[in-house]
Amino acid sequence: MSCTTTAAGTAADPPAAAAGADALLTIDNLGKRFGGFVALDGISLKVKAGERLGLIGPNGSGKSTLVNCICGTLRNEVGSVTFDGRRLDSMSAHQRTRRGLSRTFQLPRPFASLSLADNMRVPLLYTVAARGATHGAADIAERCLALLREVGLESKAERLPRELTQVEMRKLELARAMAAEPMLLIADESMAGLTHSEVEEILALLMRLNAQGVTIILIEHIMSAVMSFSQRLAVLVSGRKIADGEPNAVMRDPEVERAYLGQ
Amino acid sequence: MRSGLFLMICLMVGAAIFGAALMLNNDYYFFAGYVVLQYVVLATAWNILGGYCGYVNFGSAAFFALGAYSTVALHKLYPLPVPLLVIVGGVISGIVGLGMGYLTLRLRGAFFAIATLALAVVLQTLIVNWDFVGGSRGAYIVRPEAIAPFGSYIKYLFLVMMLLAIGAINLARLIERSRLGYGFATIRDDELAAEASGVPTLRLKLIATTISGALMGMAGAPLPYYIGFLQPSSAFGLDYAVNAIAMPLIGGTTSWAGPLVGAVLLGSLQQLATVTISSAVNLLIVGLLLVGFVIIAPNGIIGLVQKYIRHRPVAQVGRRKIEADATGHVP
Repeated sequence: MSCTTTAAGTAADPPAAAAGADALLTIDNLGKRFGGFVALDGISLKVKAGERLGLIGPNGSGKSTLVNCICGTLRNEVGSVTFDGRRLDSMSAHQRTRRGLSRTFQLPRPFASLSLADNMRVPLLYTVAARGATHGAADIAERCLALLREVGLESKAERLPRELTQVEMRKLELARAMAAEPMLLIADESMAGLTHSEVEEILALLMRLNAQGVTIILIEHIMSAVMSFSQRLAVLVSGRKIADGEPNAVMRDPEVERAYLGQ
Repeated sequence: MRSGLFLMICLMVGAAIFGAALMLNNDYYFFAGYVVLQYVVLATAWNILGGYCGYVNFGSAAFFALGAYSTVALHKLYPLPVPLLVIVGGVISGIVGLGMGYLTLRLRGAFFAIATLALAVVLQTLIVNWDFVGGSRGAYIVRPEAIAPFGSYIKYLFLVMMLLAIGAINLARLIERSRLGYGFATIRDDELAAEASGVPTLRLKLIATTISGALMGMAGAPLPYYIGFLQPSSAFGLDYAVNAIAMPLIGGTTSWAGPLVGAVLLGSLQQLATVTISSAVNLLIVGLLLVGFVIIAPNGIIGLVQKYIRHRPVAQVGRRKIEADATGHVP
């Protein structure tokens, strides 16, 4: 997938290439408040099929709220989310997952009482099966192991999540999101707290996924990872999108520099 | 083990227990056994929502009483055979369970538990003020002395409750090993992650409240025939609400076997205490055991057994390694 933008833009003026008609995800003027606090203020964003988008911003800028609104965990009060040609606004979170939208959580949220293999089994039973795919018990068991193999956790298939290390937990979270066979994967700080080599491992995994055709939105604070991964970069500050474009151009944007380094 | 085989084994065990009780030739064993079996159904029913889904229901007595009072109401209109009353009680309680679920399942934790308690209070108030079923005065149901081919009626009631317990256990086991069971487990573990994995959590919780409520109502339906005189304070008794929670907690909440073990253990102890000391110590026994288990085995008896089984091979491997180091070869 080639780089989609050439210059930083504003919320009202998205980059022309990204605003193409073949957008997989279209967020239009999205707004969300918590009481008097404006968490998202008219966010508009388009993500093309197969794209790797980096989404950055300081703490409290609204990244996770945006993810929650896209995935249906939170309901947006203003604006709309369109995915694969369908409006998602009235859909619950599980319906959105079934339509091909998958996510990881900032803090891993494994199913603690289920083995690693069974953690994989849940999306296969509830998401993939809901799309009409029929698999036998043996097929599902094999698929669970294949997913764990993909992230290097096959040998721990029958273990419980509490026996995993931090990086393994992150991998499990990614594997479970992959198990839903998504068209779009949103990785919310999947590398937080990891060492350099562990970050590289997760990045390689995400690149492999993208190569398989999965569109990925990466939310991350580790800038080296974001820069090496992203084809396009969007920046949120105080619930507003202040820049959107080619990563190097975005990082040179004075407004982005101000947001990150101060006046 | 296949479901059909498990059902056959359950039926054989049930037949053996019934045969043993017949051989003892004392109706007391049927009276005591009925109560234990009734708690097996009640505990299993509670566990489907409380154990599998993690939603603590303090209103078990309300569903149980609903089953009992549906029997009283039907008895006054047109007496039906007990198995039919059990089904009607189950349907009514199941519908109320569905309604309760719809109204309360957006609540979590303590808020949900309090809402279920409120439901019990509301239902008790309604029954107390409903003259048709006896209101606060209570209602007499004259139990037939005998029924062919069982002889005394209590043997018949015991058999009905035995079949109900077998049905409840098999249903719980079936759920546990099904797609539905995985869905319930994800709700218990993390509802947000469950939704993100495509699990329709609200629908599944409604299924759980309906099944749980229906089974509780079924357990309560034969009660008026068992005790002969039903009043709101006995049907909505604290014993039912406390036992329905304590038995699965003591037995273990993550498996169908937990409520069974807890109900048989606690129910038998309570029956023993009733004839040897006083029925007043029943709740004391429950309280003491519950405190003990919360400290010693928070995952219940089944959790303790599972932990032992999980760690046993590791210990054996460790022993073998030590022996190998000492002798130079692995035994």
